[in-house]
Amino acid sequence: MAVVQTRGLTKLFAKGQVGAVVDVDLESREGEFLVLLGPSGSGKTTLLRMIAGLEEPTSGEIWIGGVLVNDLTPRQRRIAMVFQSYALYPHLTVLGNIEFPLKARRMPKEERRRKAQWAADLLGIGRLLGRKPRELSGGERQRVALARAIVREPSLFLLDEPLSNLDAKLRASAREELEQFQKKIGTTTIYVTHDQVEAMAMGDRVVVMNQGAVRQIGTPADVYDEPQDTFVAAFLGSPPMNLLEAAGVIVGFRPEHFHPSAALPADEPVLKLAFRAKHEEYLGAERILYGVLEGGPFDGEKAVARMSSTLAARFAPDVVHDFAVAKKDLKFFDREKETRTEPRALA
Amino acid sequence: MAGVRARQLAFRTFHWTVLAVFSVLLAFPFYWMLITSFKRTGDLYDLRNNPFVFNQKPTLEHLRLLVNETLFLRWLGNTAFAGLVVVAITLLLAVPAAYALARLTGRWGGRIGIAIFLTYLVPPTLLFIPLSRIVAWLNLQDTLWAVIVVYPSFTIPFSTWLLMGFFKSIPPELEDAAMVDGLTRFQAFLKLVIPISLSGILTVVIFTFTLVTQGFVYALTFISSASHQTVGVGVPIYLVRGDVYYWGSLMAACLIASLPIAVLYNLFLDRFIAGFTVGSVK
Amino acid sequence: MGLKNFTSVLQNPTFLRALRNSFVFTVASQILVLVGANLLALVLKNAFPGRRFARFLILLPWVAPVSIGSIGWKWILDSLYSVINWVLVRLHLVKEFSAPMWLGEPKLAMMSVILVHTWHMLPFATVIILAGWTAIPKDIPEAAAVDGAGFFRRMFQIELPMMLPIINVAVLFGVIFTFTDMTVIYILTRGGPYDTTQVLPSLAFFTGILGSDLAEGAAISIFLVPLLVAVAWLMLRSAHRAEVV
Ligand SMILES: Nc1ncnc2c1ncn2[C@@H]1O[C@H](COP(=O)(O)OP(=O)(O)O)[C@@H](O)[C@H]1O
Ligand SMILES: [Mg+2]
Repeated sequence: MAVVQTRGLTKLFAKGQVGAVVDVDLESREGEFLVLLGPSGSGKTTLLRMIAGLEEPTSGEIWIGGVLVNDLTPRQRRIAMVFQSYALYPHLTVLGNIEFPLKARRMPKEERRRKAQWAADLLGIGRLLGRKPRELSGGERQRVALARAIVREPSLFLLDEPLSNLDAKLRASAREELEQFQKKIGTTTIYVTHDQVEAMAMGDRVVVMNQGAVRQIGTPADVYDEPQDTFVAAFLGSPPMNLLEAAGVIVGFRPEHFHPSAALPADEPVLKLAFRAKHEEYLGAERILYGVLEGGPFDGEKAVARMSSTLAARFAPDVVHDFAVAKKDLKFFDREKETRTEPRALA
Repeated sequence: MAGVRARQLAFRTFHWTVLAVFSVLLAFPFYWMLITSFKRTGDLYDLRNNPFVFNQKPTLEHLRLLVNETLFLRWLGNTAFAGLVVVAITLLLAVPAAYALARLTGRWGGRIGIAIFLTYLVPPTLLFIPLSRIVAWLNLQDTLWAVIVVYPSFTIPFSTWLLMGFFKSIPPELEDAAMVDGLTRFQAFLKLVIPISLSGILTVVIFTFTLVTQGFVYALTFISSASHQTVGVGVPIYLVRGDVYYWGSLMAACLIASLPIAVLYNLFLDRFIAGFTVGSVK
Repeated sequence: MGLKNFTSVLQNPTFLRALRNSFVFTVASQILVLVGANLLALVLKNAFPGRRFARFLILLPWVAPVSIGSIGWKWILDSLYSVINWVLVRLHLVKEFSAPMWLGEPKLAMMSVILVHTWHMLPFATVIILAGWTAIPKDIPEAAAVDGAGFFRRMFQIELPMMLPIINVAVLFGVIFTFTDMTVIYILTRGGPYDTTQVLPSLAFFTGILGSDLAEGAAISIFLVPLLVAVAWLMLRSAHRAEVV
């Protein structure tokens, strides 16, 4: 087991360009499932590849298990990585693929077989050992890639969007399995994804990245409930947080905290808002109501409310309804820096 | 810890050593042609001289001799003409054949394609008898047209095979979509399939043209007058008088005959590589 | 032509020698080509300043008409004015008046034609192998590196096996071309000295075309066919395999 630490890690692919990864300080914890979350192009893969030793940092340090590994080859870092494409060796059988890291370590044949069998059984692919990767389904390939990664019992596990090649249904079950699996083997894991549902569901902590920089690190609840800046606020949640400008400050509240006034307890301090409904999306378990605020500090701004389908109330379009947000659910952001600030009174 | 740096140094050394050794080995003859072409005869044949440099003033004499007193320019013209005609014939026959095989006959297309390719393997010396009959029957002995009718028998099978790979890699849905949009199959072929397969077609053009310039045995056999020759035979055979080699003019001829094709190749190399891999792996 | 032609061919010592030479010529040059082409491709696959120019230089021998390249070599290997001998003499490796006759002594002549043919074939094989190399997705060797494989294990257990179908294509083309071609030999030695560099295609040419015994020339060529059939079979197999990947 080991922890990963990066200090001021930066990668510039070309001189004079903005960095793909900019000044990243990161520290994983023992046995933790750490998720790197960010939109496409935010530098997640580049960061992961630097940790793996596949990309040379422009500056900064990488420590794995207390050792500075900047000058070590991937081979010397003793980590395991699952690639987005799985990168299975097409000319080797499943067994050959799983055994490859052990062979590279010159493990004797018998021990190798035993280990490979163990890994294959753990992932339920024991009957596929004789097949070639091209004869496997997407889900099976992913398991083979995982088996190949765990077989050498690495101290650190890197995964780059390992579920993105699976279809939606398979992805949900694979997510669940992968999470259980990581708990079972207890290896420190860094997991890259652009899918916030995956990040929230699996991560012990989530690192939200944008344009190469870390915007926030925290538990899923932290980053969702207490976003440190407007990027994190808008990136997480679907639909995202309502961000409204008034009196030199940005005020944010989640659509699920935006209720009809009647639905809030009478003694709760609230911000009342007049909400003109425009249209509604019915999503089965919940309803999303789109509309415009009228009067008050946010006159004319668009807002979204999200409520359970079990709520009986109907909201006729083009009619103004009384809505409200509990004061404790309002988040305040600095207008210039777009970072969190103290709550303040709104006119 | 110093592993990465040491490795990089080792790799660089290896890289530049291999590159230098091979570049010199492979390109040296052309340097040699160049320097020989412009050396005075006295300089060339004096063993005390350092052969790598000019010991006397360079001269254009060999070049003058080559251009004015030999059929060299004629051979270049003959080669270019034969090349262009063979390319035209090959394209005209191989493109429709390959398309038909790739699309219209289903799984038999592949087998016929391979069978066609196999004819490429028949040794030329075996083909001499039938081919010389055909040449005689067409009354083309000792004309440039003798090789022009012979070469397509090799270029067409190979080109058909290569283009088949290309056409197969284009999804038929593309043409279906075009036909739904109101084009005929032929129009779809002209406006869609051909532009998409441009790499393959270029590959065929280059391959065919080189085969004609590289061709040696057939031109040597079927053409006996110097004035009808191609450059590949003309230079090594007719520039040598008896046992006397005019090395200066010979090397000038070699250089001039090699360079245009080399430049052409370099322009299209990436497409050629792409064309070749699609054809051979698909 | 009848059976008579075959029996007379088989009893002809020149034929037997040419048959042997054909194999030596083909196998030796193809091994050299394969090793050289892999080395070169390994170097050329990385981006470096001047790569286009290096590629141009390296491609020259294949692009220039082979008969013309061979004439260039004939001058380099000239019995009197060979530049190689000039260098060897200056380095005191050979004496001025007993310098090697590159095309005049049987062993040296064979070696020379093999090397010149290799020179001509190397660029094409390099181009094909290079294409194979660039077709390997980048993350596969990277995965191998993370899996702990060093440079050589990556090359011999991952990259080369993955390129095998395309290397096959390069080798098979090379074998077919080498086995049926005579240009280099015709220009450099005309099969000499004393038929020591004679191969089947050149012998067939000298017998059938220049000697005007077409039947016997064809009989000689027929002996090329079994090998070519074997090669064709291999080719089909590897084409088949490549299609499945
Ligand atoms: N090899 C490379 N060369 C140049 N730019 C690159 C390279 N790899 C990634 N980039 C750039 O770096 C940025 C981050 O990319 P990446 O790490 O792949 O993002 P993510 O994985 O979050 O989608 C992108 O703008 C991308 O274009
Ligand atoms: Mg990525």
